[in-house]
Order: sequence, then C-alpha cells, then structure tokens
Amino acid sequence: MTVVRISDDALAIACGADNLACAFAEAGCEVERVSSWGMHWLEPLAEIDGQGWGPLVPGDVASVLDGSSDKGVGTIADHPFIAGQQRLTFSRAGKTRPLSLEDYAATGGWAGLNRARSMAPEAVVEEVITSGLRGRGGAGFPAGIKWRTVLEAAGECKYIVCNADEGDSGTFADRMLMEGDPFALIEGMAIAAYATGASKGFIYVRSEYLHAIAKLESALALVQALVLPFEIEVRVGAGAYVCGEETSLLNSLEGRRGEVRAKPPLPALEGLFGCPTVVNNVLTLAAVPHILTEGGAAAYAAVGHGRSKGTMPIQLAGNVKHGGLFEVPFGMSLRELVEQVGGGTASGRPVKAVQVGGPLGAYIHPRDFDLPFDYEAYAERGALIGHGGITVFDDSADMGRQAQFAMEFCAAESCGKCTPCRIGAVRGAELIERIRRGGSRAVDAVETLPQMHNAPKQQRSREDNVALLEDLCETMRDASLCALGGFTPFPVLSALRQWPEDFE
Amino acid sequence: MSDQERIAGIVAEHEGREGPLLPLLRDIQAELGCVSAEAEAQVAQALNLSRAEVHGVASFYHDFTERPDPRPCVEICRAEACQARGVEALMQAARDAAGDRVRLADVYCLGLCSVGPNAKLDDAVHARLDAAGLVSLIESA
Repeated sequence: MTVVRISDDALAIACGADNLACAFAEAGCEVERVSSWGMHWLEPLAEIDGQGWGPLVPGDVASVLDGSSDKGVGTIADHPFIAGQQRLTFSRAGKTRPLSLEDYAATGGWAGLNRARSMAPEAVVEEVITSGLRGRGGAGFPAGIKWRTVLEAAGECKYIVCNADEGDSGTFADRMLMEGDPFALIEGMAIAAYATGASKGFIYVRSEYLHAIAKLESALALVQALVLPFEIEVRVGAGAYVCGEETSLLNSLEGRRGEVRAKPPLPALEGLFGCPTVVNNVLTLAAVPHILTEGGAAAYAAVGHGRSKGTMPIQLAGNVKHGGLFEVPFGMSLRELVEQVGGGTASGRPVKAVQVGGPLGAYIHPRDFDLPFDYEAYAERGALIGHGGITVFDDSADMGRQAQFAMEFCAAESCGKCTPCRIGAVRGAELIERIRRGGSRAVDAVETLPQMHNAPKQQRSREDNVALLEDLCETMRDASLCALGGFTPFPVLSALRQWPEDFE
Repeated sequence: MSDQERIAGIVAEHEGREGPLLPLLRDIQAELGCVSAEAEAQVAQALNLSRAEVHGVASFYHDFTERPDPRPCVEICRAEACQARGVEALMQAARDAAGDRVRLADVYCLGLCSVGPNAKLDDAVHARLDAAGLVSLIESA
C-alpha cells in the first residue's frame, strides 16, 4: 500500500491537511501524520517515498497517485530550502511522527539524557557552557551559566520552567517544536533538571496554541515515567503577551497578575515560589539533547558566528514568497535570507522593510540587508534578533502606521508595573498620531500657568513633536523594567529614522 | 447544578496544586463563559485570598471576561505578520459579515505567520484567508 506522509502541524491543518489526509485515505493509501518540514508555502505537503507534492487540495489526490500532477517538488530532502539548512534542533522536522516513541528512539532520542545521567551534574553544566548555547528567547544569555547558578544555589526545591509563551508575531518555531518534536523538549528539560537538581518542571504555553497544548499533554502522558523523579506539568496562559517576560511568567505561574518583577533577585536564585529556577525558552531546552550527545557540545560550538554559537531556527514570515522554518548557523545575511531563501515578497512587489525579532524588533531597511545574523551585530545597530522571526513587508506598508501600532500594542499589553511603559506607550501612540496628522495640539490652560516652567508656551511644531517622540523613546528604553517598554522604541525609532516620509 | 456548585467542583479539582489560581480561573471561564464577581468571591473564599487579589488576577488577563457572551466568536490575527499579508484590508468585509450576530475578536498571533491572514473559530484555525474566505468563515459561525 502507498504510504503518504502529511503533517499534522497546526499550520498544515489550517491550510487543509486534515481534508487532504482523508482524501488520500479514501483513495486507499496509508496516511502517516508526521511533523512539518517547515516549507510553509507548500503546505499541505504530501510525501510519498521521499518525493513531495504541494500545496495540495483534496482534488489533486488522483493526479498525484497516477503521476500526472504538476505540483511535484521532487525529492524533499534535496529541495534547496531544506538542503541549504543545517538542522540540529529541528533535525526530526518532517521525518518523524511527533508522538511515536519508536520514531524518537530511532532518531537518536534519549541519547543525550542517558549520557547526561552517566555524568556528574557539574560536568553536564560544563558541556552546556562549552557548547556556547545562548538563550533563544531573545536575551541571548548563556544557558550554561544560568544552569550553573541554579546548580550552585542553595534550595530544597528547584524548578525548571520552559517559556513557551511565544507571543511575538512572526515567530512559530516554539509552536512547531512542541507540536512536531515534543519529546525533545521533555528530554531537554529532564537534562536541565538532572544538571541543576530540580524536581519539578512547568511548561508555560500560551492559550492560543491549542494544538501544541494537546500534543504536549499526550507526549507527557507517554514519557513522564521515563524522566522520573522529575515531574513536568503543562500550564496554559491566559492571553497576556507580557507573560513571555520571564519574571512576569513566574508571577503568572504562581497565580498572580503577570506583572514584571524587578531584578535582582535573579530567577536563578529566587524564581518560582522564591526557589532557584531555570527559565529557558523552548528552543534553548530543545537544543540541549543534541549538545549532550557524545561530542555534541564541541560540534555545536564549532558552528556559528562570533560569540553567537550554534544554529538558529529562523522563521521567515509575513509577506514572503517562501515562508517557513530555516535553521542555519548564525551569520547569514538578511539579504540571503529574504531574497534567496525567502524568494522576496509573496505579493511580488519590492521589499520595503523587514522586522526582525517580533513586535519589539527594529524595522530594517533593504540597504542594511548585509547585516549578519548575530546577537552582537544586531545589538550594535540598535536592532535585535529576539526569537529569530523575520517579518517581511512590501512597499505598500505604511511605516508610520507600523510605528503607531508598536506603541498601541505596548499600551494594550503593558503590565502596568512601571511608568515609562504604562504611560509612555499611550503618550507615544498619541504623539505619532499627531505627527502623522500634521496637526498640533493647542496649548492648554495648565501649560500656560507661570509655575509650569518647562511647558512650551507656543504650539509645538512638527519638529518639536518629533523631538518629543525621540525623547520619550529614550526614556522608555532606559527606564522601563522589562523588554516590552524598553524595546518598543526599536520599531518606532527605526521606522521614524528610515522612512520619515511615512510620518507626513 | 448551580453555578456555585460547579465552581465548588472546579475548586476541588485543583486542590493541592501549586499556584492553582490561573488554571482554576481558566476552567471557570470555560465552564461558565465568564468569571463573574460572584465567582471571584467564591474562589477568594476557597483559596483564602482577598476578593481584590482574585479580581486583580482575573482582570489582568485578556482571556477572562466579566460577563458571558453567547455569540459565536471569530478571532482574527491582527499582528504584524498578518498585517504584512493584508489582513487590514479584510476587516471592513469581516465587520459587515459579522454584524451583531458574531463577535469578532482580535488575537495577537496564532503562530501561523507565513500563511496569513489567519483566523480561529472554536478550536479550528484557518489560514490564507481572502475576503471571501473570511466572510464565509464568519457566516458559518
């Protein structure tokens, strides 16, 4: 019987994979539901003996089976989009059934955990440090150093918290990993628990990710016994973007408002319920099983760019022709990623801007596309890699509107704890609106009082308003407690400086 | 079963959990369609918290509502990646199709950012929506 492999990833399902699977089954094929290869423009993609066809609708089934379909893409593993990658974290993508223990074990599953358990916890931490693995959530803090802090911290109870609150627009790697390779995340958490002496773990998943929640629950039911005495629980968020910030996430787990905590104390010393806690992103933890295999740490450290070691699962999203997941060593330029890998815009119009790193990331102009994908290189340019999402915009985008949206989003999602973010974002959105309208607010009665020394006595000009916006952004950047208020100025200022014409 | 008994049942299910408040409120929202002031008071009593603490948590998160809304709800992603793929141009048609019968909610990211515009109805996600696709999704709600 013909075996047809079709993804059961939420994205494939949203594009019609379930109906396609039914159609193949009705045509007498055996359908295997596997993880997604990450070539999203081809979903739903059907694979028969390594050959791929996509994007398919149920009406294409007959022509695929009789060989007359013109939607073939050849051998999937040789497709330039796949062949151009170096997949370590996503090595199983497209190849295994997400909840098959057999498939997991056959593709090197549990090798990292078994090897870690034969070593001293200190040695495990040392390997993670050697690998150069940095937190994939956005901050890029060395994971091994964090683990060492928790290992050395005194505490009866320690926790491993997996941050799966992937709220940034343009990012979906966490979702794909949780849905496509949930055992890898669990194995990574179990290694972290062994290395640091933690007894309990939480995976905090955002409530929008229904498929990922279901997969994780099923996966845990299958393997909880294998990672004992470590226990893992899935916790579901409740729609707050700011809970992706680690201290806010910890408050949310404790059953509090998801407000940001001041640091110090670091969560590694006083985290969940006041106990030493490792908080790592899904991709960070999922990279660990590979690193802990024999020679894995050195192999991981050998790829990358500068101090950004290893590979980064980059997500090509937005108005891009070939969107999807592209895992490569750090260092690739945006030009290669957007133009060669991504194939330019889906609309066929010229690229106007790309936003890297989600709603808090800077908009980058095509003239700066030579920037190598590297934490330090981006930071130098006032940009950030964040979680590795690249959102492409064509020339119909209104960058002034995008800047205003960034402020509005921050205002809506601010936790309210610190003033620069809570009030600055509201004022910022008003100010951008005023600049764009070309209007100017009349001087109000209070501003004319003699004791209001610093208030302007005349109506502000457009230049005054722009200067005020830059000043506000500086305050937000330097004085906010967390990245929400602190990084919102990135998209705003990058749009203002590079596309001033969109603010007129 | 009265609402009070249903809440008592949910509270009992979560007994002994670390940090039970959020999962508990999620279950109440799912079961009763809202987290009412009465529910907050009952949860506060059961967990030995103040009503203000429980209200502070319930009002913080977007997923909890004070009143039930029996209308079907279509969640449309309005985040940057879907904006770049043209979701804003579909919104007028969506609002016209929804009228008062269907509730339209904004969602900031369903994680399907390479195949937008995207929307969610009940537990099903839909991608690559154009105006006609979105309107027919809303009409099917």
